[in-house]
Amino acid sequence: MPERFTTLTSRTFVIDQEDIDTDQIIPARFLTTTSRDGLGDKAFHDWRYDSEGKPLETVALNALDTETHRILVAGRNFGCGSSREHAPWALHDFGFRAVISSEIADIFRSNAAKNGLLPILAPKEAHDWLLAHPDVEITVDLAAQRVEMGNGPGFGFTIEPFARHCLMEGTDPLGFLTANEDAITAYETQTA
Amino acid sequence: MSPDSGRPRSLFEKVWDAHLVKAETADTPAMLYVDLHLVHEVTSPQAFSVLAERGLKVRRPDRTLATIDHATPTLDFAPGEAPPYATDAARKQVETLQANASAHGITLHGWDSEHRGVVHVIGPELGATQPGMTIVCGDSHTATHGAFGALAFGIGTTEVGHVLATQCLLQRKPKSMRITLDGPTAPGVSAKDIILAVIAEIGVDGGTGCVIEYAGEAIEALDMEGRMTVCNMSIEAGARAGMIAADETTFAWLKGREHVPSDPHKWDMAVTHWSHFRSDPGARFDHEVVIDATRIRPMVTWGTAPDTGIAVDAPVPAARSASHARALGYMQFEAGKPVSGAKVDQVFIGSCTNSRITDLRAAAAIMSGRRVAPGVRALVVPGSVAVRKQAEAEGLDRIFIEAGAEWRQPGCSMCIAMNGDKGEPGQLIVSTSNRNFEGRQGPGARTVLASPATAAAAAIAGHVIDPATLMEPAHA
Ligand code: SF4
Repeated sequence: MPERFTTLTSRTFVIDQEDIDTDQIIPARFLTTTSRDGLGDKAFHDWRYDSEGKPLETVALNALDTETHRILVAGRNFGCGSSREHAPWALHDFGFRAVISSEIADIFRSNAAKNGLLPILAPKEAHDWLLAHPDVEITVDLAAQRVEMGNGPGFGFTIEPFARHCLMEGTDPLGFLTANEDAITAYETQTA
Repeated sequence: MSPDSGRPRSLFEKVWDAHLVKAETADTPAMLYVDLHLVHEVTSPQAFSVLAERGLKVRRPDRTLATIDHATPTLDFAPGEAPPYATDAARKQVETLQANASAHGITLHGWDSEHRGVVHVIGPELGATQPGMTIVCGDSHTATHGAFGALAFGIGTTEVGHVLATQCLLQRKPKSMRITLDGPTAPGVSAKDIILAVIAEIGVDGGTGCVIEYAGEAIEALDMEGRMTVCNMSIEAGARAGMIAADETTFAWLKGREHVPSDPHKWDMAVTHWSHFRSDPGARFDHEVVIDATRIRPMVTWGTAPDTGIAVDAPVPAARSASHARALGYMQFEAGKPVSGAKVDQVFIGSCTNSRITDLRAAAAIMSGRRVAPGVRALVVPGSVAVRKQAEAEGLDRIFIEAGAEWRQPGCSMCIAMNGDKGEPGQLIVSTSNRNFEGRQGPGARTVLASPATAAAAAIAGHVIDPATLMEPAHA
């Protein structure tokens, strides 16, 4: 179960690249796991390691302190491609708690919110500002649905209300479904 | 409520409305009932673990169908021998699904099944995929099943757990988009060329938040395999799902399959029911796109996103952004020059996009009486055991083998490169699959997406080439 998400003050880490797909976030050959833990090492694997599996020193992700940098800012259309939930698992395990882009792919967005990784859709102007100002401290307030960015312009963001509720409570939506067992049974009876 | 009452509705809305267990509110998404849940080894183990942790059962094992495809080897092995898994982890993943399926009473089309195959190939093949259904799978290409007028979503593993436990999916109602493909397509243009052209037109995020309905003369003229190819790649435009209304082509294809009614009266009733699921005249869509299908040519991609399709002999466009420049560099293509002529290292004919019998026939027609070019490795991977048998009955396997291609056992294979079938760094692969992302077919491997005919032609020529040049039968 993910921890509760209320506010987060942290520095940003910028990957200024569009259309980062879930095969980049975690390559398919690491999907032969039966657990959801320990995937942080595999996050952005093929960008971070050479063909022998040695970490590349020139790659900023390998030197990143995720205690102080918990917010990923990425180019447009982040998380497209495969529906693998391993992608948010890997990013969360790596240390990120929020990802900001001007557009985030549907399935990734839904998967992220279920795993303690807040997907934030920024308006274009604010997104451009964040891309142009890497490594700034910002504050995410999920209750107020706002991001405050020190010198930069703050912005409000929308998130599906139920996803927000689950993130703030640290709960999984499964409880909501099982609580509606009667409605499911009624539907099954009526359509049988 | 009959599906035809009230205001005009789209195909998507009719299926959506018929499956509402609970309507959405400001605070909570809709609860949508799932008619068919497809399961495979890669995205299910963690979902079954959640069920076990919470002491929950699978609510409807009878509506759940499992197979093994992603991590499974496609190499031959003798009966009684252990399958030659690429890794121990892959073996364990398959064994985990076997154990979960048997513990929960779920039908698993495993190693001993005549119906094993890629999940999006076997659902339709069994007739389990039917018009008007809701279908989900922990796999983004679930949209394939929309070719039958079903509403089919790819979901994450947490949602796989939800559906296992409750047979329901939490969803906000997506927006709707209709893409009309006007006019007939030119001879030699396949369904793959159509969908690559559509994605090039609307972009990798053109369908974000939407369910797409494909319509128009060029779509109606497609056979079911072609319609599956089109719907399959809806996610490559960012869409939640893709759909095509069922018609006589659909019903004829489904008739006689295992999961559809065999009793003539029940069959007629089913067809009547299915026929309701089409957009009413006057149905409204949030977005409408019209594409002139007569101008579509055989397509290939030049970049590392599926919206980089261009005609095979058209020049690669100049980079419009840093991402495009990076893609050009990765692919080692030069702006202003066509993709045709690029030297090919491997050819992959397979995947849930293009591994069905008509795909293999198209590839075989090109390869017949010819030889794969020296230095090129060509892999032909049928989508299912049934497709493999049908191809062998038609002698297609002989054509591939005599041409020098490898004739494999069914599976996802080099589409996702997690079973040991893969490209090497720097290699150029012409592939009938659906994704050309960096490293998708192996670290550093470069992927050109194309139709089965274009891929087969590349194997013969040794470089990317317009398949029209090889469409005349070879002289013996
Ligand atoms: S063939 Fe490729 S796209 Fe299709 S289900 Fe398998 S891995 Fe996914």
